[in-house]
Amino acid sequence: MKPFEYTRPTTEAEAVEFLGETGVQTAILAGGTDLTSLMRAELASPSRVVDLKQIPSLYQVTRSEDGIQIGALVTLADLVKNPLLDGYRSLFDVVDGVRSIQVQGSGTIGGDLCHLPNCWYFRNGYGLLGQENGVSLPETGDNRYHAIFGNEGAAKFVNASRFAPALMAWGTKVRIVGPATKTGSRERSSGLTVGAEWIPLEYFYVTPKTDRQGNTILKPGHFVSHIWLPDANQISSATYEVLQMEGLDWPLATASVCLNVEAGLVHDASIVMGHVAPIPWVTEDASRWLIGRPLNEETASFAADIAVSSARPLSMNEYKVQIVRTAVKRALLKAIGQLNP
Amino acid sequence: MDRNHINRSGPGFSRREFLKGSGAAVVVGAAATSAVEAPLEAQQPATKIISAGPHTITLNVNGENKQVTVEPRVLLIDALRNDLNLTGCKDVCDRSTCGACTVLIDGKPVYACTRFAIEVVGQKIDTAESLYSPEKTDDVVTAFCKHDAIQCGFCTPGFVMTVRGFCDQNPGASEEACRRALGGNICRCGTYDGVLKAAYDTAQIVR
Repeated sequence: MKPFEYTRPTTEAEAVEFLGETGVQTAILAGGTDLTSLMRAELASPSRVVDLKQIPSLYQVTRSEDGIQIGALVTLADLVKNPLLDGYRSLFDVVDGVRSIQVQGSGTIGGDLCHLPNCWYFRNGYGLLGQENGVSLPETGDNRYHAIFGNEGAAKFVNASRFAPALMAWGTKVRIVGPATKTGSRERSSGLTVGAEWIPLEYFYVTPKTDRQGNTILKPGHFVSHIWLPDANQISSATYEVLQMEGLDWPLATASVCLNVEAGLVHDASIVMGHVAPIPWVTEDASRWLIGRPLNEETASFAADIAVSSARPLSMNEYKVQIVRTAVKRALLKAIGQLNP
Repeated sequence: MDRNHINRSGPGFSRREFLKGSGAAVVVGAAATSAVEAPLEAQQPATKIISAGPHTITLNVNGENKQVTVEPRVLLIDALRNDLNLTGCKDVCDRSTCGACTVLIDGKPVYACTRFAIEVVGQKIDTAESLYSPEKTDDVVTAFCKHDAIQCGFCTPGFVMTVRGFCDQNPGASEEACRRALGGNICRCGTYDGVLKAAYDTAQIVR
């Protein structure tokens, strides 16, 4: 690990200041689960680490007029303990799948959203796209855990965030804090002006065309400070993760759904698949097909067929199509309490 | 990875570095206290930057304040093992997966390989060494012996700390809850059955 200087801002404005200094390569430290691994492998070698853990506002969970605002540093363990979040079952399902109380206790929701891909080519130093001399290694190599959707371009990795499918199904927005711009909205705190912007989570992730593009829209010096969820109201939700083993592991595929079922018929539906594409993969066709229909084993199964109909597996990951198909079906049934364990 | 580099105190540690280091160490201590009490608004931002060189920091380990001189890049596991000679926590997977480095920070089980030593200044750290003294043997140790939850023993310090932390927070936990709590620790000998029984036993002992 390369040496770095360590900073501990106590306000968001201060964090922006520390992150924004020119000529300094910064990295943001929250729970440390991902960053320490990246730094040990020297995939990240910042000259300054900005530890956000002393900023009180990033721990708050508050009710706003039309939803819930969650600080990015709320840990998984604290998330499930918070009574304000009782209606968001799909988030609980995600925490349940993280089978390590150590990670649950230190991993943060904001850190999860910004977790870099687990693609083994990336983790072994071949860059986000996994290229050697311009040739894509996952294309021809071992791609068993790689993308089955959205993999037509150079990016073959899968988005690593476990919360993103669930949060996207909920219609989450993320608050991105950075240096103030002339056009963007500004917020004043402790005498410094910072720029803060709420962005729908679906615009947060990008499928990169080059290594340097990154897999989110976060620019250097910016960080995710809060997450906003709409009111849970009549929505029932569920996440179904397909895990290879009982202990701590990344899912092979995930599906997360939010449903509004009225008088036995689906009034509104949102289905997002995870770990199958460089971004969380929204399937609008399947959700649209469900609207106006009753939800049962048969319709859930058909919706799942629609959800995977455009899958384009690579040489070694055709099995993921069936896995995510099952995940969609089971998430739908789980949301309405009809999944038999 | 340059784990073998010695980044800590020792010969070649200059007076100049030391003065720089000790000055910043005071700031670390102050900032850490502020986390528990109130945000440190009055401090000048410039003083909150801790340079990349070695600094003397105080870690509260097993109830005692210990001073170590470490660079910000030194992980807690390395500070404990190399500087404080507390070799209970084991460096196994090196990628926050196996749980052999588990220690308790403010009572919560945490992988010591995912924390920098400088991050935990002002927090209470407990390692496996805290579970046994000639005067007192912790219930976890007794339960592990009773159920023979050890084979080679390399993963055991991690397991016992996970069990200790979990049982403190969840007294009377069910067997299923104990099983889930152990998901973040790996044993290559396969002593899981004994560990689970030991965890369940410990959880039933009201402290």
